[in-house]
Amino acid sequence: MAQMTLYDFKDKVCFVGVGDTNYGALYRTKDPRRNQYTLGVEAFKAALDDAGLNKDEIDGLILVRIPSYQLFADMVGLRYLRAANTFRGEGRMSALAVQYAAMLICSGLCSTVAVVYGNDGRSVGATYGGEGEGSSPYDVLYGMTSPGAAVAHMWRRYMHEYGAREEHLAAVATSNRRHAGLNPKAVFRDPLTLETYLTSRYIAAPLRLYDYCLINDGAVALILTGAERARDLRKPPVYLTATATCTDLTFFYTVDDFFRDGVRRCAEAVFGASGLTHKDIQVCQIYDNFTPTVIFGLEGASFCKYGEGFQFVQNGRISLGGELPVNTSGGHTSESYMQGFGLHAENIRQLRGEAGDRQVPNCQVAMYICPAPICAAHIMTRR
Amino acid sequence: MAYEKPLPQPTAIDAPYWEYLRQHELRLPRCQECGHIFFPPNKVYCPSCLSDRLEWVKLSGRGKVWSWVVFHQRYFSSFANDIPYVVAFIELEEGPRLMSTLVDCDQGEIRCDMPVEVVYDDITPEFTIPKFRPIR
Ligand SMILES: [Zn+2]
Repeated sequence: MAQMTLYDFKDKVCFVGVGDTNYGALYRTKDPRRNQYTLGVEAFKAALDDAGLNKDEIDGLILVRIPSYQLFADMVGLRYLRAANTFRGEGRMSALAVQYAAMLICSGLCSTVAVVYGNDGRSVGATYGGEGEGSSPYDVLYGMTSPGAAVAHMWRRYMHEYGAREEHLAAVATSNRRHAGLNPKAVFRDPLTLETYLTSRYIAAPLRLYDYCLINDGAVALILTGAERARDLRKPPVYLTATATCTDLTFFYTVDDFFRDGVRRCAEAVFGASGLTHKDIQVCQIYDNFTPTVIFGLEGASFCKYGEGFQFVQNGRISLGGELPVNTSGGHTSESYMQGFGLHAENIRQLRGEAGDRQVPNCQVAMYICPAPICAAHIMTRR
Repeated sequence: MAYEKPLPQPTAIDAPYWEYLRQHELRLPRCQECGHIFFPPNKVYCPSCLSDRLEWVKLSGRGKVWSWVVFHQRYFSSFANDIPYVVAFIELEEGPRLMSTLVDCDQGEIRCDMPVEVVYDDITPEFTIPKFRPIR
């Protein structure tokens, strides 16, 4: 059998259903019954409805962050599946879970796969740092913890290497917030001014409060199926036109190339496989657990040269109406921290023309980029 | 006053690292096959060539600040009184990088690539941890 390449994979799999939760409403309320599972079921139900599918048409179930696929399968009454598994609750896993779903479908192991992510971080008081949070025993001796501080190290180094200043990051945070103002489901929708940004407190300097992702409750479910089946479903199919991964696995989350080389390899692969170019990308979601990763991602994917990203993001270029709208739902710092899944949902909605006030006109080509220890990129399209 | 911050958790693999530190020596494993020196010392095979012929080599103790951050958020109750405190990512002369902190140094004078040297902080009778200070 001939070896399958990335090119054979092209356009064989589509996103046909997307469901999520009202992040803003969840942020302002508490419910003792709310947890990763109940949130996940809510999103799953919404995604089925969106796709016009019956739950029994799902034959593959991939969970992310929700610890037990068995408990979840029981909750949604899916006993006989052809694939089920759980991925860790890490942001880098969103693209991987989508790739896994696509592989299940391409191989014929599954026909229609639901990828379900749930996060009850606000309800349970998640901190993403500190004792018992998986920090290295060598690092905690000095009080070093959290991915945010690891990215702060990279941003400090970046500023040193290229002459960027702290205020250059404000462009990313304020652009995200401007987009969230157009997103009724976003957690934080009030305008964020440069002054407010610059007077906000540091978490791990040089990063400030507004450079950090939210800690909130919510869930996202994505349903994928083969392209032929997709054409018969309720909504216009969104094609997973190309996707690629490149790891950058070292002991530290702080790496000296700021994940750009990994992103570059992914971007070269998806542009090569799709035959599309940078000019074709109408909207781009970049995994922004912390704002510097937007700059690292843009440089890695060659939207600009290494060292120019901090200038590239200025003057509205990455805002709606700009040359390359980035994180049009408000991203992880203003819409919701769904560890990449909200960004996937946003690309699907943009491509379907369902993004409401934040719609990119006639959106046909979207990109997802994740600069992280597992870098990834997708190009997603509609016809 | 009792030391309340996290303590080293020696394992069967990295115990010599801590024991050398207690003697005020910074040593890391070096591969006798390919010469690779690495941190952390949590490995029994060289990550470069997978040889198990490792030796504990004494380092110069010199390096530079690759980057640094200042914690304002309280993640550990035992560091609460130190806020805002510095964590520096040190690149040792021999190549490996490790997280540490800086002493004898105002926050305002810290720069990336600033040359530093190790100092040994005897945090308890059992444990010494490496910190760094500017080379003036
Ligand atoms: Zn070796």
